[in-house]
Amino acid sequence: MTVDDQLDDRFRAAAIREGLVDVRYDMIDSPVGELAIAATNRGLCRISYGVDGFDDELAHVFGVRVIRAPLDEVRRELAEYFAGARREFDLPLDLRVASFQEGVLAALGRVPYGITTTYGALAREAGHPTAARAVGTVMNRNPIPIVLPCHRVVGANGSLTGYAGGLDRKRFLLQLEGATLAL
Amino acid sequence: MMVAVAREQGIPPFERFYQAHRDEVLAYLRRLLGQRAEDAWQETFLRALRAYDRLEHGRHLRAWVFTIATRVAMDELRAKPRLPLDAEPAVELRRDAFREIEHLTDDLPPTERAAVVLRYAYDLPYGDIAEALGSSEEAARAAASSGVRRLRRSQ
Repeated sequence: MTVDDQLDDRFRAAAIREGLVDVRYDMIDSPVGELAIAATNRGLCRISYGVDGFDDELAHVFGVRVIRAPLDEVRRELAEYFAGARREFDLPLDLRVASFQEGVLAALGRVPYGITTTYGALAREAGHPTAARAVGTVMNRNPIPIVLPCHRVVGANGSLTGYAGGLDRKRFLLQLEGATLAL
Repeated sequence: MMVAVAREQGIPPFERFYQAHRDEVLAYLRRLLGQRAEDAWQETFLRALRAYDRLEHGRHLRAWVFTIATRVAMDELRAKPRLPLDAEPAVELRRDAFREIEHLTDDLPPTERAAVVLRYAYDLPYGDIAEALGSSEEAARAAASSGVRRLRRSQ
């Protein structure tokens, strides 16, 4: 005997309505492959290119009451972004990171659509002019890629350098935004 | 800190626990409650979710959710625990023997019905059944035993 979709949906909706959930997640298809997305009551907290171990990581950071449920707003804004119809995201975010990371990610969030910047410039913008390398680490561990656009951060010589989701994705996102690339 | 402890002691994300047990809990509640099972099933997993972040470890989660389901079903049946404490020798059944008389469990008193189904359909040990019924292990064994005798009489 299996639980049918209607009963399953009803339970998930009741769990969320009663405020019993620490974090919900969903999987969505995108032009850069399947994305795992997650949100708390405060806002979007994760976008991940890797799906394996995603629920464990959520439980570790946000609490064990992890439930899969549709995240319609996130899905809609990402779909608009990939369709070229959205240049900025209006989603509230739940970062829960240390203050250095928070400052760097806030500066990252101000890098405009279709424009690239460098690790050094972002470090200056965040008020830590000598911390370009540490900024690189923050980019590598960015909990909400795409919405916090670490793909817009490139090397001082214009090379793509690295991306947690792989350079092909970084190149795709920059081309989607019409950024001029050195390579 | 609490979350780190949770991970160390193997409490899975709720979604994984839910997917592992939702179907068998519904089947169990159908056995006890018939058509009324769906509301009880939802209530079971909502109660589990309410308590989930206070669990101290991830062991015995299956027995735990059956305990909750049994309590919800008992509430639904408005049964006061009426555990038979007679002195008759305990009766045990083999699982295949149970399958032949399972359809008769509907007519058992709720406590006996839960004890028999948990024992013979879900293979739970009497310690877990006692926990589910809120009784002693001895009383759980007596309830299952009395249920089996009643089933045999009605065969």
